[in-house]
Amino acid sequence: MKRYLPFVIIALVGLAALGGGVMLYRAKRPETAVTPKGAVAPTDHPEDLHVRGAANAPVTLEEYGDFQCPPCGRLAEPLQQIEKDYGSHLRVIFRNFPFTIHEHAHEAAYAAEAAGLQGRFWEMHDLLYREQAIWANSKEVQTLFEAYAGMIQLDVARFKKDMASERVREKVESDRKRGEALGVKNTPTIFINNESVPATSLNETALRAAIDAAVQEKKSS
Amino acid sequence: MPRSQIVIYCLVALISLAGLADATYLTAQTFSGETMVCGGSPDCFKVLGSQYSHIGRVPLALFGAIAYFSIFSFATLAAFGYAKLRRFVLIAVWSMFAVTLWLLYTQAFILHAFCRYCLFSAAMVFLLAGLIVASRSP
Repeated sequence: MKRYLPFVIIALVGLAALGGGVMLYRAKRPETAVTPKGAVAPTDHPEDLHVRGAANAPVTLEEYGDFQCPPCGRLAEPLQQIEKDYGSHLRVIFRNFPFTIHEHAHEAAYAAEAAGLQGRFWEMHDLLYREQAIWANSKEVQTLFEAYAGMIQLDVARFKKDMASERVREKVESDRKRGEALGVKNTPTIFINNESVPATSLNETALRAAIDAAVQEKKSS
Repeated sequence: MPRSQIVIYCLVALISLAGLADATYLTAQTFSGETMVCGGSPDCFKVLGSQYSHIGRVPLALFGAIAYFSIFSFATLAAFGYAKLRRFVLIAVWSMFAVTLWLLYTQAFILHAFCRYCLFSAAMVFLLAGLIVASRSP
């Protein structure tokens, strides 16, 4: 028996490491699916729109956000939870509305759009909001954004080039103009099925109530 | 084999388990795309998001996990009397030591940032190297 014991120990440790790694991977893998690019509202250019959730969802929540705005950052996590909870009933659209009073807001929007060009907009979106307090006060914001790009496994050289590109700047500007045309003045501004949500209702409870009402309305119509 | 040697190889196996856990955690986090791993540390992002944290698409942590598992296996077998495998423990530990020195240099002088997981791994490798030196002393 002693002859086989070391091999048994090695096999058990190997299995435990492999099993633990796989379990951790499965637990951490993002649950929310990004909608295929073709399944978007006909008025938008599919390649420019950032949508998460089911294409045929009865409720569409559209956010105009500034990655450096603290209330946007505070709302990001509850919104992600809402997305998870409502599943196929909800799709979320994000549009940039950076303010110049926020020192790095434009760079952050460019970073998210540049990540989007490599199919990782939402990963960068979530990361920018989660790490907002860090990069917002950093003097090396570009270095940090490049590090974030590396963390989400982007081609960093391409990311840097895209961040400085006209295409990305035009996209951010077009989002902003669209928001201004809709009367957006503050961030976050949220529309649920094209109805603006009052600023006083920008909290998890009120948003859930508004989404529930929108779902009911769709069912009854 | 003297009892002191058995104890040393058991310690080598135990320390490599700690390194294996660290490297497995980082590997799984990297493959899952999870970024919470840095817990808001800009330095951690700079290191784990740098070009030095991957070889191609493969995270360096995966190579670390394989190396730690190899050391664990060789040390366990050496502790159970497979004397010929001691040489492999030596080779594996000193190879890891060399790589660790390079990674510490990269963090200190190229990236100017340190990642706590990498520092933990470096500490484990230094401990392993220390034990190997102790096992060779008369």
